[in-house]
Amino acid sequence: MKNVTVCYFAMFREHAGVAEETLSLDVDTTADVFEQTRDRHGSAEPNGHCKVAVNDRLADWNTPVSDGDTVLLFPPVAGG
Amino acid sequence: MMELTDAAIETASLQASLANPAAGGYCAFEGWVRNENEGHEVERLEYEAYEPLCIREGEKVIAEARAKFPFLEARCVHRVGRLELGECAVWIGVAAKHRDEAFRACRYIIDEIKVRLPIWKKEHYVNGDSGWVNCERCASHGMKHGIEK
Repeated sequence: MKNVTVCYFAMFREHAGVAEETLSLDVDTTADVFEQTRDRHGSAEPNGHCKVAVNDRLADWNTPVSDGDTVLLFPPVAGG
Repeated sequence: MMELTDAAIETASLQASLANPAAGGYCAFEGWVRNENEGHEVERLEYEAYEPLCIREGEKVIAEARAKFPFLEARCVHRVGRLELGECAVWIGVAAKHRDEAFRACRYIIDEIKVRLPIWKKEHYVNGDSGWVNCERCASHGMKHGIEK
């Protein structure tokens, strides 16, 4: 198990009811984090429509997650 | 330069900041808050952004535009927080030696910013509902997140 701080934004934050939380997760990649926090962020969609960052760096869904990492889950963006 | 602000975007002073004696063309794009989206009457908007990555990714977009369409000066400002109808939500200005680079760089920057920067838009409707808006690329693929009550 790894201690991972997960940050939620916009609709994900509203669904989770918190902006971030530290969870003990059995994960290898960012995709695993997305899957295992589905009931928290509430997205029923494939992760491909969302973006992810690890420790403030944009990542992809194969990026490895280590103990102590911060994973930021971004819903589909809509700037402009 | 990429910036976020919670204050009204002052386009005249932004334009003046791009002044360059070598520039023969200037092009700007302003995105405004519209009163309707997908059949819903919009009352106001709320933008949320994750600033550290917005700035980094925005600077990257501007650098890419510079490499593709060499310009002299470029700046992008995006609003965050609450916006009323008609307000400027995003401003992009490009000054270049010739108009073609200015037009194309401006277009490139707005198109990329809309789909790459961690910015989210919540619409508040006249009927009291609200909903988060999808990015255009997602919307064009028929994705729907639904409207929150």
